[in-house]
Amino acid sequence: MKDIKVLGPGCKRCVETAAMVQSEADKLGVPVTIEKVTDYVAIAGYGVAATPGIVIDGKVVHAGGLPKMDDLARWLAT
Amino acid sequence: MSVQTCCKSAAPAATLASNPATGKWLAWTAAALVLWIAAYSLLIPFSTWVTASLPVASDSHFGAAISFFAYDTPKVLLLLTLVVFAMGVVRSFFSPEKTRALLAGKRESVGNVLAAGLGIFTPFCSCSAVPLFVGFVSAGVPLGVTFSFLIAAPMVNEVALGLLFGLVGWQVAVTYLAFGLGVAIVSGWVIGRLHLESWLEEWVRNIRATAAELPAETVTIVDRIKAGVGAVREIVGQVWLWVIAGIAVGAFIHGYVPASLLAEIMGRDAWWSVPAAVLLGIPMYSNAAGIIPVVEALVTKGAALGTVLAFMMSVIALSLPEMIILRKVLTIRLIAVFIGVVGSGILAVGFLFNALFQ
Repeated sequence: MKDIKVLGPGCKRCVETAAMVQSEADKLGVPVTIEKVTDYVAIAGYGVAATPGIVIDGKVVHAGGLPKMDDLARWLAT
Repeated sequence: MSVQTCCKSAAPAATLASNPATGKWLAWTAAALVLWIAAYSLLIPFSTWVTASLPVASDSHFGAAISFFAYDTPKVLLLLTLVVFAMGVVRSFFSPEKTRALLAGKRESVGNVLAAGLGIFTPFCSCSAVPLFVGFVSAGVPLGVTFSFLIAAPMVNEVALGLLFGLVGWQVAVTYLAFGLGVAIVSGWVIGRLHLESWLEEWVRNIRATAAELPAETVTIVDRIKAGVGAVREIVGQVWLWVIAGIAVGAFIHGYVPASLLAEIMGRDAWWSVPAAVLLGIPMYSNAAGIIPVVEALVTKGAALGTVLAFMMSVIALSLPEMIILRKVLTIRLIAVFIGVVGSGILAVGFLFNALFQ
């Protein structure tokens, strides 16, 4: 089970990013738990300067803008 | 197991397929550019045709308004699309993370200049202003340098520059660029000199996060073109209504407002019009796309350029919604300083401009 956090104050792109992660995980058959982190203090704690950010198992893999499907697949597979 | 096989085969397939795909994307981009040029060259015939086909005299007030509207609407939308696309591609080379790495630990003066410059190219949306602010400050970017970035990013943007270039002329666009950067650099430097770190909200001062190490993401030419298309879809999709509203107001001014009235209220001789323009601009929230058609109409009707530029900068750089967002990280006192410093900078630009271009 991968623990995924989507960092973002709740803007449109953050919601979209969470949906992308979910659909890619479903497609690949990777079990995940997705949590949206909307608290500014918590987001800042991850050291990202742009949202939406993606954290997989405690490691920041992406910050700023929508992720690409190819990259998502790669992050979810490893 | 199935996951493994899927991804092992997918990776090489993607790289192999990328070459023909790249060609296709480049060809489409070139074709779109040719179409764009064709459409742009048809602007004047189009507006003449629209005005002529309507039952109004072309020299009447209504006729003047209509022809302004029929010429400017497609022109502005075309220019906007091109500029936003180009900037979308350029911005794919920059990111807030890279900008932060460049700015962290920079000395003030140099940092302010660099930050204002990077503010033009770094993708930034006001919804992520807070994470960006905190991310910058906590990673060792000086407060004043962070402000230079935050002032330049919305004010000196491609939409403003592209539209000024297309509607009012390149001289004004270049001047706006220079003065916009100047205001961002000087304001940030002043705020830095004042040492107001203690006026940040407490939680911001307490955060000591280390900048996240991001794995490299593969970005191809096709991705960059897609970024440009995405920017067009998003930005033009968002602002086209503003543009049309702005042009409608511009058309009204063009057709109905007497030039003498504007020259009196917004002309060079009325010194008080510059501060009035700045004050008026703060509660107004529009973006460059909506305000520039109005600017064009005002200028052609005899309003002083400095006054109009001050108004425009104030509308874009000092917006109430952004203050409300930034209130999460800044105390009221610091926001007041921010408004004061940036407002004074804009005032100076307005007066200077009116004095220089007599």
